[in-house]
Amino acid sequence: MKRQLNDTLRRLPVWAVWMGGLIPLCLLVWDIFTGGLGVEPVRDVEHRLGRTALYFLIASLAVTPLVRIAGISLMKFRRALGLLCFTYAGLHLLSWVTMDMAFLWSQMVKDVLKRPYLLFGMSALLLLLPLAITSNNLSIRRMGGQAWRKLHKLVYIAAPLVALHWIWALKTFPVTPGFWLIVILTLLGLRVAIPRPLGRGKPKGGLKEVS
Amino acid sequence: AAALTGKASPLSTDEKPNSFEEITNYNNFYEFGTGKEDPARYADAMTIDPWSIEIGGMVERPGSYGVEDLAPDNALEERIYRLRCVEAWSMVIPWIGVPLSSVLNKAGVQPSARFVSFETLMRPEEMRGQSYPILKWPYREGLRMDEAMHPLTILATGLYSDPMPKQNGAPIRLVVPWKYGFKSIKSIVRITLTDKQPFATWQDTAPSEYGFYANVNPEVDHPRWSQATERRIGSGLFGGRQETLKFNGYGEQVASLYAGMDLTKNY
Repeated sequence: MKRQLNDTLRRLPVWAVWMGGLIPLCLLVWDIFTGGLGVEPVRDVEHRLGRTALYFLIASLAVTPLVRIAGISLMKFRRALGLLCFTYAGLHLLSWVTMDMAFLWSQMVKDVLKRPYLLFGMSALLLLLPLAITSNNLSIRRMGGQAWRKLHKLVYIAAPLVALHWIWALKTFPVTPGFWLIVILTLLGLRVAIPRPLGRGKPKGGLKEVS
Repeated sequence: AAALTGKASPLSTDEKPNSFEEITNYNNFYEFGTGKEDPARYADAMTIDPWSIEIGGMVERPGSYGVEDLAPDNALEERIYRLRCVEAWSMVIPWIGVPLSSVLNKAGVQPSARFVSFETLMRPEEMRGQSYPILKWPYREGLRMDEAMHPLTILATGLYSDPMPKQNGAPIRLVVPWKYGFKSIKSIVRITLTDKQPFATWQDTAPSEYGFYANVNPEVDHPRWSQATERRIGSGLFGGRQETLKFNGYGEQVASLYAGMDLTKNY
């Protein structure tokens, strides 16, 4: 069963994930042009892009725990998931700059420095930027695997910031982003709790289990 | 219900009102959920007939009043007001209603009364949001007596020519156009006159973010976001933002109420 699944996943081309990942964007564009967005379209565009970015961020964070716990490998798609996250996050920022803030640069600068929710969001995006830039084989070769992996651990800081960015923007303590914050912290915690694939990688002749 | 008509008022703005669709599909009414679309989706469950408003406290004629008693057809006025939400968006809304002062005078204000407190219907079986402790239910708000007696302050029972839609606070709600929207409490069942500053739900929830006065003020930011500009609902994807006006543009009429007060402290 597991092997079958992994075989299927191996045969699935990465571009298929890209195609699937761009469906939410197509639906959004469709809704923009068919008036499917409701009374305040700016908020809808902005929020849908932001939420989709968060979902891809969580998906990319889930890859490692999934392979360690269930032995199902989505490793091949992780780069696409991360880049999809960055694409949506970039569009989310772009919609804020152009539609929501309408290029009021001075207010934007003041707000980002003063408002925690904007500061959280903007720092998360800045942390993800070098990750997106180095998401190619050339960068991995140039930097060396070790340094590259270290750099990409920035996502561990960026991800909770994204959830806080959402939570801080709302008036009352919100259930949905609170839930996603817990999911993110769980996915990060699992990396510590389960540092290697279950049932494998234990040193040979290790300590006998005490029963 | 029959169509409503209200006499035109010089207090109305000549700005173009938002559409009925916009006004009835983008609401904050946490009794039905925290999403802007929740009230339109779920407010239908609220029973508004029969309805009575209990007026009590420091009044000459306390008792239970019907909506018709407080806002009879022949007294209705149309008031086209700007509405500025504390979340930095705004609309222009053609309300139909009566001055709150006329209602308070009906009940007879005792000289010792200094504040008016209002309370929304509490009925969790019809108002699904009240099953969650998002706010301390029932929703309550208050005004100082001079604010309550101000000619701009109304109790509204209609929108355009329709009886007040449920998601907008049927059958009767407060409208105080120079204050952030959350002061304009919906679906009122109780009005109490008192000599103490009354409990106000948002002030109680986050006192550093929401004050008792809640006057629209671009110079005093919400601690977590700027109040300098606002988005007008209905302006489309590239409609941009407009500057927020102090007292939501009603400063000429109301600024004197706050003469000598430090508005950064009394926010």
